[in-house]
Amino acid sequence: MKTIQYPQIVESVSDMCVAAACDLPEDIWESIKKARVNEPFPRAQEILDQILENAFIAQKERIPICQDTGYAVYFVKIGDDVKIEDGTLSDAINEGTAKGYTKGNLRGSIVNDPLFDRKNTGNNTPAMIHVDIVDGGALQIDLLPKGGGCENMSRLAMLKPSDGLPGVKKFVKESVVSAGGNPCPPVIVGVGVGGTADGACVLAKKALLRPAGVYHNDQRYAALEHELFEEINASGVGPQGLGGMHTALGVFIEYLPCHIASLPVAVSLNCHAARRMSVIL
Amino acid sequence: MTAGKIIKISTPFTKEMLASLQAGDIVLLSGPILTARDAAHKRFIDLIDRGEPLPLSLEGQALYYTGPTPPVNGRPAGSAGPTTSSRMDCYTPKLLRKTGLCAMIGKGDRSVEVIEAIKECGCVYFAAIGGAGALISSYIKSSKTVCYEDLGPEAVYKFEVESMRLIVAIDTQGNNLYRSGPRDYLERVNGFL
Repeated sequence: MKTIQYPQIVESVSDMCVAAACDLPEDIWESIKKARVNEPFPRAQEILDQILENAFIAQKERIPICQDTGYAVYFVKIGDDVKIEDGTLSDAINEGTAKGYTKGNLRGSIVNDPLFDRKNTGNNTPAMIHVDIVDGGALQIDLLPKGGGCENMSRLAMLKPSDGLPGVKKFVKESVVSAGGNPCPPVIVGVGVGGTADGACVLAKKALLRPAGVYHNDQRYAALEHELFEEINASGVGPQGLGGMHTALGVFIEYLPCHIASLPVAVSLNCHAARRMSVIL
Repeated sequence: MTAGKIIKISTPFTKEMLASLQAGDIVLLSGPILTARDAAHKRFIDLIDRGEPLPLSLEGQALYYTGPTPPVNGRPAGSAGPTTSSRMDCYTPKLLRKTGLCAMIGKGDRSVEVIEAIKECGCVYFAAIGGAGALISSYIKSSKTVCYEDLGPEAVYKFEVESMRLIVAIDTQGNNLYRSGPRDYLERVNGFL
């Protein structure tokens, strides 16, 4: 049995929130640089230059990359041998989120009630926490601070099995192209295929955790990722939706088994400020 | 080919100043600008509908759709990039027609109704780079809260900006870079084939 103290989780989560807001992951940085080198359209080149300059300023001066420091979405893998002492996992993650967003001067972007009060909770809680129980004695916490602009462009389709591969491709492409400049392209495209309606949505978001440049280990899905990437970038939407070669930086697909009657497909987009952070305790 | 002409411009605006700007031009904006997001827009419109005065004048002003992070490291404002403008589309035509508001700064395409009002009133919609909040913070020289402090990051701030780099996205003629930009790119690419 591995014991993890409650305050240890609070501190780790708090530090992650601050670091994620200011430090663009290295693989995202590299993929934007690569896009800049390959981009032929002058306006898009200039936009990509400003995006890179922004990431540099954020890292150097410890100021958030984007003012939308996101909904704090966590994907947790907890080993069945792990015991948390002095409190619950979800309390620790929420306390860490509140602490990190406060000490890091990050924006509180959460309102308490979607319809009636819409009062800002002030410290960006509650967080959205997805937990998987796995073998072993480790606790892994992945943070995806998810901006509202790209989150609002999420889509779900309950396709018919007969729609098949062409149906999935059409839906993913249309979702990205119709979003235009709203999700802050160049975007990372997360796709969840299969499972249930709820399962596909979570899977699409989880796909956004994959590092840029890495393909699915099933060759058929890897080929589909490549094909969609090429087709999305042939649309001309471009950086910020103002034209150019780079609408997407990558397409990441994950799948689940599904019902004989179903073909769910969900799309979750991440902006070019694709922040994420991971810790293993 | 360069990305566009570079034009220096200052607030407050007159409609004459804006008439010469063309979609695709790059603008370096200096002077005071006001911020407002969804919640502040809703309050403005509620006041207009009740025939009551706004807590500030929008005459000749530019509204920047942003909700900044708190100030850090001696900067007057924290990270302050644009939010998605289309959420303001249901409020914008009335603001343009009733308040003398001259310009908006945000990201993403606007509705047909907004573009009609832009043409009718001789206004301009500028695009700032979404997700470039740290860079845009560098253009902000001072910041103060004007009203609606209870809205937190959604309060109305007055920023004094210097050479804030923007792109003319929709000009006074209704030319729309969100339509023409991708089309121009595709025409150029197909021209190479």
